[in-house]
Amino acid sequence: MAVKIVERKPLTLAERTYIPQIVGALKTTWKHLVKSKETMEYPEQRPAIPPRYRGVPTLVKDPNGREKCVSCQLCEFVCPPKAIRITPGEIPPGAPTGHVEKAPQAFEIDMLRCIYCGMCEEVCPEEAIVLQNQYSMSGYSRSEMVNHKDRLYELGGTLPDSHLKWDKKKSAEDHGNAH
Amino acid sequence: MIGATSFSPLLLAAGAGADSFLERLPLVIRDTVAGVFPAPLQWLVGSTLSIVAIVAIFGGIFAGLTLVERKMLGRIQNRPGPNRTGPMGLLQPIADGIKALTKEDIVPRSADHLLHYLAPVALLAFSILTFAVIPFGRNLVPLELDAAVLYFFAAGAASELAIFMAGWASRNKFSLLAAMRALAQLISYELPLLLSFVPIIMLAGTLSMTGIIDAQAGWQLGFIPRWYIFTPWGFAAFVIFLIAALAESNRSPFDLPEAESELIAGHLTEYSGFKYALFFMAEYFGMIALSGMAITLFLGGWRAPLPFLEFIPSYAWFGAKLLVLLLFFIWIRGTFPRLRIDQLTRLAWKFLVPLALVNLGTAAFWSLTSGWSGALQLVRWALTIAMVIGPFVLLGRGLSGTHRPRTYRYA
Repeated sequence: MAVKIVERKPLTLAERTYIPQIVGALKTTWKHLVKSKETMEYPEQRPAIPPRYRGVPTLVKDPNGREKCVSCQLCEFVCPPKAIRITPGEIPPGAPTGHVEKAPQAFEIDMLRCIYCGMCEEVCPEEAIVLQNQYSMSGYSRSEMVNHKDRLYELGGTLPDSHLKWDKKKSAEDHGNAH
Repeated sequence: MIGATSFSPLLLAAGAGADSFLERLPLVIRDTVAGVFPAPLQWLVGSTLSIVAIVAIFGGIFAGLTLVERKMLGRIQNRPGPNRTGPMGLLQPIADGIKALTKEDIVPRSADHLLHYLAPVALLAFSILTFAVIPFGRNLVPLELDAAVLYFFAAGAASELAIFMAGWASRNKFSLLAAMRALAQLISYELPLLLSFVPIIMLAGTLSMTGIIDAQAGWQLGFIPRWYIFTPWGFAAFVIFLIAALAESNRSPFDLPEAESELIAGHLTEYSGFKYALFFMAEYFGMIALSGMAITLFLGGWRAPLPFLEFIPSYAWFGAKLLVLLLFFIWIRGTFPRLRIDQLTRLAWKFLVPLALVNLGTAAFWSLTSGWSGALQLVRWALTIAMVIGPFVLLGRGLSGTHRPRTYRYA
């Protein structure tokens, strides 16, 4: 391999007086001085949230207002920091959504433990838990930082999906072809 | 303010706006207020008014300057700077003041309580003293002294004592180290600072500020003011003066006494609350006073830069020049990194002092050849410029060292 010896040029007279460098430095700061500022005035201006952002995990309902979670507890078991705690409960058979059988009685996500990894969202077979745009969680106590079921649904809202899996299953059952 | 009671008639005839109403307004106000009091008390009232005016105006400038500095540094870093208190952050100085006043004043148990208390007060007092002789406008000299320049630098040099007092009294290793550094730096730079304006005293033939400003009256070619900065030696002296003034007022890039990465906060480490604010204030006052001195010595004091602009009151011109210099200082602070202590002292002793001494000779040559005219005038300019640039290049070469192979020493 050919060896290229880089010539080490001695400093020129102008460089040794430092004057071009000093003037150049002043020019640089001047350019920044007249440039528009980069700061976002946070509480007034909010950052644009990109799609598929992983914010605070929330629970969602389907367009008919049924809670999508069937408390299979997969998220609880997959959660790396063990932030999720679900108490499964049965839906009484007489209820309009009785055919779903199960729904969470209690659903807690400890936001002091949550690492926003999104594995709960990925593992959920019902698309019931979604990491949405909310990025700022704050509270005055540890207990305030635990999101309970009501709060999770309040944060989550409705997921506008059109494949109403459980409704289709029920109508199929009603027509005699359950499987 | 106590005007020059015996201003020369030459001064009055100098400009068209010399006798306009706005020009006389500060004096008229002072005399009206003082006139209310009986005659034996009038001098006292007049002086008190001058003091109140100086403290109020420069206190206001200090408050504004802290905000302007933070805003400008912010903009240099593409930030908006303080903008939460009041419209555009204009109330920030008030918020800072309230914070400094209400903060707990902590004194270390082993500190020398008297000196610890005295240091900020002394520093502020010394820096306010320097305002007494600066001509803020035509006839607006608080104290007309024959040796005003000497007085100014005597009062300014006393601030070194106060800084060492603070460092010693704190009984903190960082404070003491910083105080030693400050002493080394301030004494080093006192010399080029003083030497840089000796040519002006030589040429003006006076130590009085009013006399120096008078010597800069008039115009060359009808529009270039005869300020000392527009001569080759004057320009060189101005640059030396600015560098030394930066170092004297502990401003970046010469802010070694409070180099926070090495010395926490330097001599301010053990100060909090209002005493800290006093130090801060004194530092800014020192900077403002040295800027005022630079204006007086090199930039024609309160004189207008162009003949047809003389209708604007002289104090407005002084204020405008002061603002430009202060903004320039802030710009420099936002630009240059801090020097190392050895670089700092080397720059002073090996570069600025010899340069200032050579400049003395240049100015002497300029003064001796003042009779040259015509083509000789060009020769005079060329020779003087060569006498400025030559030593600069030669000394700079010595400062940057010759090209010898690098040696490495391992610890």
